[in-house]
Amino acid sequence: MLLLLQYTLIFASILLLVALGGCFSEHSGVINLGLEGIMVIGALGGALMMRNMPAGASAFVIVLLTLLAAIVFGMAYSALLAVACINFKADQTIVGTALNMLGTAAATVLVKAINTAADPNNHSATIEYVEQKKAFIHYFGSFEFNWFMVIAVVILVLAYLTLYKTKFGLRLMACGEHPQAASSVGISVYKMRWSGVLISGLLGGLGGICYILAGVSQWQFEYGVAGFGFLALAVMIFGQWKPTRIALAALLFGLFRALSNVYFGISFLSALNIPGTVYNMMPYIVSLIVLALTSKKSRAPKAEGIPYDKGMR
Amino acid sequence: MKKFLRNSAVQSLIASLLCILMGLLIGYIVLLFINPAGAWDAILDVLKNFLKTAMAARRLKLLGATLVRTAPLLMCGLSVLFAYKVGLFNIGAAGQYVAGVCASLYAALAWGWGWLPCVLFAIVAGALLGMIVGFLKSYCNVNEVISGIMLNWIALYSSNMILMTQKQEASHYTLKLKEFAPQAILPSAGLDKLFGYDKVSIAIPLAIVLAIIVHVVLNSTRFGYELRATGNNRNAAKYAGMAEKRNIILTLIISGGLAGIGGAMLYLTDIEQWSVTATSVPGMGFNGIAATFLGGLNPIGTIFSSFFIQHITDGGPNVDTNLYCAQISDLITSIIIYLCGFVLFLKTAMNRGLDKSEEKKVQKAKALAAEKGGEK
Repeated sequence: MLLLLQYTLIFASILLLVALGGCFSEHSGVINLGLEGIMVIGALGGALMMRNMPAGASAFVIVLLTLLAAIVFGMAYSALLAVACINFKADQTIVGTALNMLGTAAATVLVKAINTAADPNNHSATIEYVEQKKAFIHYFGSFEFNWFMVIAVVILVLAYLTLYKTKFGLRLMACGEHPQAASSVGISVYKMRWSGVLISGLLGGLGGICYILAGVSQWQFEYGVAGFGFLALAVMIFGQWKPTRIALAALLFGLFRALSNVYFGISFLSALNIPGTVYNMMPYIVSLIVLALTSKKSRAPKAEGIPYDKGMR
Repeated sequence: MKKFLRNSAVQSLIASLLCILMGLLIGYIVLLFINPAGAWDAILDVLKNFLKTAMAARRLKLLGATLVRTAPLLMCGLSVLFAYKVGLFNIGAAGQYVAGVCASLYAALAWGWGWLPCVLFAIVAGALLGMIVGFLKSYCNVNEVISGIMLNWIALYSSNMILMTQKQEASHYTLKLKEFAPQAILPSAGLDKLFGYDKVSIAIPLAIVLAIIVHVVLNSTRFGYELRATGNNRNAAKYAGMAEKRNIILTLIISGGLAGIGGAMLYLTDIEQWSVTATSVPGMGFNGIAATFLGGLNPIGTIFSSFFIQHITDGGPNVDTNLYCAQISDLITSIIIYLCGFVLFLKTAMNRGLDKSEEKKVQKAKALAAEKGGEK
């Protein structure tokens, strides 16, 4: 049971981080379908930093630098989306899809190149971080506590405050609802949308490094992040683009994901004899049903997905 | 010349070629960073694919292997294209493709169906998934991209569950069709002998025929016109008396069917076995998006673009693996898709350039006329 709680919390933290990222991007008016790719690149940044960490570094330094690397990589990668969709008015769906494919491909090529350069016989796309991982983990009895659980909560509070209590957040949301109106009162829509996308890169990168630190102590980059970016998108929609609801949705979807991993350890669930894939599938089915029921009066930002054109009325 | 450049088909071609060139260039730069010594050779290896081998017979066989995978890619491309012409982004093609794979393999292995019913069943499965998206879109106002993504994962996990019953004892792959369901393998109609490769089947000519049919239906029939009108302006189409809800659902059914048949076209050749522990949606559907946009949103163009994408994908493993890895071709493909996002911008830029030069001409002529007038 403790294992279930542990998995639920860590999966929920990942989903919360990434979904909040998507939330910022969509509130600014840009649909970020590339979250999956951003997670991969963020994870890559963090993993590379851990790999190159000197042996004697203190836990605090390791955590700080790893997070920083993931954030920088995630933001830089999300800039690709911003440039294409905001400045060049590219189709956000195509670019997002391309970024997802590019993320895995680029990470694989890069890690393989680094591995082969270090050891000519090593053609794998795996990075190990057994020692460094310990900096993120703390044991309370048999409960494996991960610092990301705290980070996720802090980010949740920050996201809520930024969106609803600051000038920046309200302006950001205005750009997602009616950019022309926002522009008419002197808000730079381009700047706001750029900030929205960059914040999604920041949080997506954090979510990515959190994902690869969640269970294992090495990561094979050919596998990407197994649909977590898309799951986060589902969390965001389930949460109706509101941070507090997103947090609850993340907990629920995290629970489903955790169940698929540990259901056989819980007697009454394994007695039900439902295959693990069903639990994996549940979040998607649930969000599809919710979408069907709520989309008529959806709370989605009204101008999302439409490139901003100054001259349009 | 100016008129030639104004032609939208020519502009699409130029834009696509630019995307490819840029993609290759960026790929080349990445290779230079990894190892400058063999970068040029590696790019050539990727581009040559089957042309790299000197032996004619082997070259033909490798060409066959590329074609076998081009057929399903083309179908996924057509699926995305058909929906896009009606203003819908069918990202669900990836899941509809998976549904097609699952349906055809299950019908073949569990029920012992022949190849034709298996293919039809795959179409039905893909179409059914497309129908759900269409229904949600037209009656519940659910964005087709979001529902498509959700259904991709639902299709993947349920396929894994269904095909779990048809897997080999010792591995996580489904049973070989050759041993357990030879009746379901697509007939080759002599193509296998032509290419000297037994996986080459009627799927390839069939895919090309379907591309031509899609072209004709979209451009030369009343039905196609109605669909495109719905895509251009849903409300105007409704006002003109077209059943816009029915059109949207129908479009996604056809689109799903096209992706579904793609799944059957690959797996019923027995070239691959499905892994029932797959944790990510196969890239075929997403590559279909690349094929569509690289093909300039034209079914005939998609034939060539899907061949090109498969060609460089198969060229990937050719590179010297001591220096680089095969995924370099995935990298190039994804860069090309990314660049395809800029096509609209390129086209407007081209038109603007043409407008400007024309304006200059007119002004020059005017100035000249004014001078002449002054002389008189």
